Amino acid sequence: MTTTAVGREVTYLEAISEALDEEMSRDERVFLMGEDIGPYGGAFRITEGFQKKYGEWRVLDTPLAESGFVGAAIGAAMMGMRPVVEMQFADFISCAFDQITEVAAKNHYRWGAAVPMVIRAPFGGGVHGGPFHSECPEGWFFHSPGLKLVAPSTPYDAKGLLKAAIRDPNPVIYFEHKFLYRRIKAVLPTEDYIVPIGKAEVKRGGTDISVITYGAMVHLALEAAEALMKEGISLEVVDLRTLMPLDKETVFESVRKTSKAIMLHEDNKTGGIGAEIAAQLAEECFDSLDGPILRIAAPDTPVPFSTPLEEYFLPKVSDIVNAARKLAAY
Amino acid sequence: MDAPVVAKDIKRTDLLQMYYYLRLTRTLEDRITALYRQGKIVGGVYTSNGMEAISVGYASALERDDIIAPFHRDMGAFLIRGITPGEVIAQYLGKRTGPTKGKDGNVHIGDLKRGVIGFVSHLADNLPVATGAALAFKLRGESRVVITNTGDGGTSRGDFHEAMNFAAVRKLPVVFFCNNNQYAYSTPLQLQMAIRDVADRAKAYGMPSEIVDGNDVAAVYLSAQRAIRKARAGDGPTFIECKTMRMHGHSEHDSAKYVPRELLEEWKKKDPIVKAELTLTQLGYANEATFREIEERAKKEVEAGVEFAEQSPLPEGPEALEGVFADEHEVKP
Repeated sequence: MTTTAVGREVTYLEAISEALDEEMSRDERVFLMGEDIGPYGGAFRITEGFQKKYGEWRVLDTPLAESGFVGAAIGAAMMGMRPVVEMQFADFISCAFDQITEVAAKNHYRWGAAVPMVIRAPFGGGVHGGPFHSECPEGWFFHSPGLKLVAPSTPYDAKGLLKAAIRDPNPVIYFEHKFLYRRIKAVLPTEDYIVPIGKAEVKRGGTDISVITYGAMVHLALEAAEALMKEGISLEVVDLRTLMPLDKETVFESVRKTSKAIMLHEDNKTGGIGAEIAAQLAEECFDSLDGPILRIAAPDTPVPFSTPLEEYFLPKVSDIVNAARKLAAY
Repeated sequence: MDAPVVAKDIKRTDLLQMYYYLRLTRTLEDRITALYRQGKIVGGVYTSNGMEAISVGYASALERDDIIAPFHRDMGAFLIRGITPGEVIAQYLGKRTGPTKGKDGNVHIGDLKRGVIGFVSHLADNLPVATGAALAFKLRGESRVVITNTGDGGTSRGDFHEAMNFAAVRKLPVVFFCNNNQYAYSTPLQLQMAIRDVADRAKAYGMPSEIVDGNDVAAVYLSAQRAIRKARAGDGPTFIECKTMRMHGHSEHDSAKYVPRELLEEWKKKDPIVKAELTLTQLGYANEATFREIEERAKKEVEAGVEFAEQSPLPEGPEALEGVFADEHEVKP
């Protein structure tokens, strides 16, 4: 990509905000719904000032009823609008589970009605949110055909994937990681761009071990890669960016090259996305593997609140380093 | 009020047209039930027997550009929107010519080109969806309206309440119908709610409501017309409870022994087709000969539909993999 003009430095959160703003300016079909997104600007201030700019109806405060407003978004989408709904926290998406999995996901398959809508879901831990403000619910929807799932790790991807999601003709759940909101910054291109859905990216090239990951964990993997370099272990970090549909080619290509793989995610270990990718690697890349496929993930518990408990719960750089050392021995 | 007194405000041709759709619905569903008994239909059969006046009444009051989000006792509405008997039977038989190409069965029929949002088995799920369609019309300043329907049982679901509340708060152009047929599968109304009239639920949302005789097509039509007019004028949603009785089981496999026979006997006298014939006769709009002629026409259409459906091909197995995701060109402009 050629970037002539250089934009200002923005946070991950601002990148999301910019994507929404630009898409709303570009396409009048795009409108927002959610709790407290209007004058208040949303729990995380993503839509600060939006209602002033776009009016009460395009930045619509809803009653506290996730199923109701997700259902309404489905109806509006079928009538040719491009709704983007905000879950105040991804955890609350469980209230809208039925609308997402039974109506949005199945409509096109059943009777051919496209449902072009986006559900923004601020997810993930590390923010002292406890069991109801830290969840990683992507696994539930990974198993529900008809939905696309994306989970950006950088401001560039955050903006580009949200734009792609809004322009996609399908229901897309956009998992934005709360821990990254104000912690990472980048200078973004000033011109319009998208990050295509369905394309993973190798965030760091390496030769010995592939770490397949997404969301905030990408940054842990990069940190681990830096530390392991000193030991002569070269990690390749594959950022999935899109969870569904999976970019199998990029994942397989990386693992065929390195011959070893670690699945890393913040979601619970059992039945997580890492388990599925591990199974696919076993089916498709068995001949290339020189060691067991390892998984690093949160234990099978709800997300605990107290600092030592949450620190114990979340995957750490040391977990990756230890797993890589173990694999390097094969 | 007597049915003819109410119905005198309706044009003769409109009332006759409604009678035709009552007949077509009854004939079609009876034929589908027969096919089921012959073992030709796999899966459930859900009819609107004895309740045809509701969907025929409300769908007759709509304009072409309006939208419906029906439930599984609304066959009349499908037919009025232009879904043919042949397509309905093809859908029941799992044929490729059915509106879902065999992906879904029975009354799970949807087609946006004909203004029909496909039914979801999870009752009341389509009520929030209907409010969203109405919201789209409001956002774009269009004067279109949405009618949605569910049963008495469906009004116990959270989605019913979330949809009613949102529609009332935002004064959306949507009309909520309730087919109160007194049983949710086997559960009678008094075990479903502690109120006698479902319409009482509307009060909680500051939404006006009406209670109508669900077996009187003219009454349903006029009630729908009032609500539609209000919605189109920007005055918000209405809830309309139609009192009726489910004359068959929940599905055709269900003998409905839990329903007292006397209750069915009593409601049989109020049959919507008999009622419509009485109204048309009393108004001098039609006579026995007209009714028989319409009945024959309905029969012929249904038989043609059976032939079309039976001759239609079944889908090929691998077609099961198609259509999980939509392409851009499929999005409604």
